[in-house]
Order: sequence, then C-alpha cells, then structure tokens
Amino acid sequence: MKLPGVREFSWREVATEARLLLIGIPVFLWTMIPIYHMFLFAISPKEDAFSGKLWPDHPTLHNFEIVFKQQHYFLRDFYVQFWNSTLIAASVGMLTLFIATAAAFSISRLKVPGGRMVLNLALFTYFIPAAFLAVPMYRTMGNYGLLNNHWALILAMVTIASPYAIWVLKQASDKLPVELDEAAVMDGATTLQIFRLVYLPLMMPSLVAIGTYAVLLAWNEYLYAFLLLSNDREITLPVALGNFLAADDSPWELLMTTGFIYALPPAAVYYAFRRYMVGGLTAGAGKS
Amino acid sequence: MAITLSGDQAIPGPPLSSRLTPAQVWGIILLAPYLLVFLAFVVYPVCYGLWLARAPENYVALYNDPIFARAAVNTLIFLVIGINIKMLIALLLSGFFAQQRTWIKWLSVIFILPWAVPSIPTILSVRFMLNPEWGVINHLIFSFTGDDGPNWLNDPTVALSMAIGVHIWKSLPFWTLILITGRLAISHDLFEAAEVDGASWWQKFRYITWPSMQTLYVTCTLLSMIWTLGDFNSVYLLTGGGPADLTHVLSTLGIRYLRLDQLSLAMASIVCAMPFVLPLVYFMMKRLSR
Repeated sequence: MKLPGVREFSWREVATEARLLLIGIPVFLWTMIPIYHMFLFAISPKEDAFSGKLWPDHPTLHNFEIVFKQQHYFLRDFYVQFWNSTLIAASVGMLTLFIATAAAFSISRLKVPGGRMVLNLALFTYFIPAAFLAVPMYRTMGNYGLLNNHWALILAMVTIASPYAIWVLKQASDKLPVELDEAAVMDGATTLQIFRLVYLPLMMPSLVAIGTYAVLLAWNEYLYAFLLLSNDREITLPVALGNFLAADDSPWELLMTTGFIYALPPAAVYYAFRRYMVGGLTAGAGKS
Repeated sequence: MAITLSGDQAIPGPPLSSRLTPAQVWGIILLAPYLLVFLAFVVYPVCYGLWLARAPENYVALYNDPIFARAAVNTLIFLVIGINIKMLIALLLSGFFAQQRTWIKWLSVIFILPWAVPSIPTILSVRFMLNPEWGVINHLIFSFTGDDGPNWLNDPTVALSMAIGVHIWKSLPFWTLILITGRLAISHDLFEAAEVDGASWWQKFRYITWPSMQTLYVTCTLLSMIWTLGDFNSVYLLTGGGPADLTHVLSTLGIRYLRLDQLSLAMASIVCAMPFVLPLVYFMMKRLSR
C-alpha cells in the first residue's frame, strides 16, 4: 500500500479521520454521560455524589454492600423484588415463545383458515401504543381479580409481546421451503412431529431472538408493573426504584446503585444475543 | 382473506368439521392460545374502555380541562419536532456508522447501550444531573461562571425539551441501527461509479442514498410516531408531568386521570387521540402486511 506521494494521500486520510472523530466524540459523550453518571453515584459516598464531582475523592463499594445486605428502608425487599423481576421476565419469555411459535406455525405452515385475519389483528395490537392499552388493562385485571398478582403482569406483557413475536416468526417461517413439510408428510410424519422435529430446530435463531425480546421487554417494563402490582413484596425492581422518589431526601446514591445492578442483566443478555437480535429484530421492524 | 378461502371450498359440502383436514384442526388448536389472550386482554379491555368513555359529558369535561389541551399540544410537539429531529440525526449517524473503521465498530457497540439498558435508572440519572442544587450540570456552571444555573425542570418549555432529549437518547440507537441496515443494502457499485464521475457527497446522498432509503425512512418515522405516543417513561420519570401539570403528554395524562380515579376521563382522553392514531396504524398495516 506504500505508494509514492504517500504524504499527500495520508494528509487527506487525516482530515477524513478528524472529521469522523468530530462526530464520534460527541456521540460517545452523549451516549455515556447518563450511564457514567449512574455509575459515578454507585461508587460515591453520599457527600461526593451530591457535590457534583466528576470522580469521587474516595471511590467505594459501600453502596453495593448496603444494597446486597438490604440495609436501608427502601431496600428491605431487594432480593424478593429481584426474584420477582426474574420470575416474571422468564415466564413472559416462555409463554410468549409458546403462544407465538404455535400461532406462527399454524398461520404460516398449516395455512389455517382465517390465519391471515388473526395476523392482521395481531399487527393492529402491535401498533396500539402500550400506554393507551394500560388504562383499560388495569381495570380489566381488576375485573378478573388479578390485581397485585404476578399473573396480571405476566399476562399483560405476553399480550404486548406476542403480536410482534408472531409477526417476526411468521416472516421467518415463510422462508422455510414448503418441500420440507411435504417430504415429512410423505414419510408419514404427523403434524406435531413436523412441528417438533422439523420446524422448531430450523426456527432456532428466530426463537432465540424472540425469547430475548420478550424477556427484555418484561424485565424493563415500568408502567404496567407499577399499575398492576403495588404490594412491596410483589413488585418488580423498576417499581421499587420508582418508589425511592416518594421520599423528599431520597438516597440517590443507593437508588443509582440499585439501578446499576438492575441494568446489568439486560445489558449482558442483549450483548450475549446481539447476533440474533440484530438479524431477527431489524428484519421485522425495518421491513419497508 | 376469509372470502378467498371459502371461495376454494364453495362447493356445498359436508359440515365444517369433516371439511377440515387434520392439519387444519391442529392449526386451529395451535392458534387458540393466542386467540384466547387476544380476546381476554385486548378485545375485552378495549370494548370495556370504549363503553366507559361513551358518555358525552366526559368529552365536555376534557374540553374544559386546560391540562388536556396542554397535553395535546405537548404530544404534538413531541411527535412533530422530537421525532423528526431524532430521525434526521439517525439518518446522519447511519452514514457515520456505515464507515469501515475498527474504532467506529467499537463505538457502535457502545452506542447501542441506551437501548439495551432499562430506561428507569438512566432517566432518573439524567433527572439528578438536572437537579438545580446538587446536580452536576449546575455545579459545573457554578464553577465556571460563578452564577447559579437555571432550575431546569421548573420551566415547562425546558422540561419538555429535556423529556424529548431523554426520548431521543433512549431510542436513537434503535432507529440508527435500522437505517444502517437500509444503507448497507445499497449496492456499492453505485457509489463507486459516482466516485469515478467525481460526485460530491451531497450528490451521492441526493441521487443514490436518499432514493433507495426514503421508503424505509418514512416508514420508520411513522412507526416511531405511533410508538412515541405510548412513551410514558420519558415524561413521567423526568418531570412527572410537572411543573404544574404543564408537561403532560397524552400517555401520562391518561395515567394521571386513572390515579385520580377518573377512569372514564382517562379513556375519553385516549379515544380523543384515536382519529390521529388509527389512520397512521392503517397506513402502517398496509405497508407491513404485504
């Protein structure tokens, strides 16, 4: 690559690089500042956090110790709430996968009568803003006697996650060749065997993407969680974080520490499954 | 769609059950769980909600409530200004991230963080940064100028702008990612040919990038507008609708009425948004369900 006249060439390179950096550095700062600020609070004693320092004089893990030992009024049910979040996210992930895979198989492979209409209804639900559905959903859960019960949040989140899940899975299964099913039928496979032995293995990448999507959606949900659950031992972590604000002199350093701990699992899950997520999800949302 | 199906089977035949193949019976069984969820948690709540919002008095009450008018205007500002700024930035950044550089690859991994982490802790983090007494922003303003910084969230215009900023911070990575996939789908030969002809970057954008991306861009903008109507967190967690209920948007207003035990008013405020939402939804469905 070393050619004569390399100096002139590299000056142009430097100018291009500088212009890219001129965008890159603000993008980096913009992205990181709120997250760094949260991290800063988590490792700062209260005095340092409240004095606007960009790095604490005495960085400490004391805040984490308080959270993990539940040594504060707002944190007395930390482990129960963490467990609630985990359980609800896992249940939503599994139920959504079950319901959506069955529906997508039925619509796309079995060509069930009316399948197209169900798909359109699901798509319609997908476009209704979730905060609008929250109001009647709250009252409905009351009518069903499910308020303050984990099932209320699980079912609500499954309702919200399924339409998109069905749609993405349907798109993915349309791409599987029809001949596969036909060959399996020739070999005398029953519908359920096709589902289990042919369909599920081939759909694995999309299933991973959708499972991750549903789990993250449920773990991150705040509005539905605080409407449907209120008892301190039933609520999920985000609701507990919101409750910190009830006091005038909220322990913000503990709030940020708990928030940091709460934000770690979804970030880890996202990066672990990024490969699947980017392919599976943008294929759906970005279809033009 | 049901009509075409019955068209295939229009020959008057035996009763429905024996006309279905075993595969179709399984199809109905496998579709049933979703249909149940849909009936119990979408159809019933929506019908019940519409029934609650049926009385005309609700709409008179809304009309007379200055907070509702303000929320409607705020929502419009949020959608028309906020979303268009966001999508323009996403379009620009998609060009930046499409550059082949190792450090840009790494930056794109970091850039996705706001979307990957839950919004509660990060929005609350921004909220404290804006705290007039203890927040880091006003500390910095004081140390540089010796003056006290403004009380950011106490001014409705600034507070709403900040909420829009938080919304952009959170969802910009997602839309950028989608526009990047759109950009990478454009054939590279076109750019090489343009390069040979000595086209400027604006000409390349105007005559190659934009024509192949405009459908995607418009779809994304509309989709983002619909979803942003349901963005409760950005406003609620940053300003709580304050000061003096001046920064509410429709989604937080509905919840405010709900908490004041005015359920029919909450539903009515949502019904009022439907004339704007439904055409958008219809348009999106036509686009996506091809």
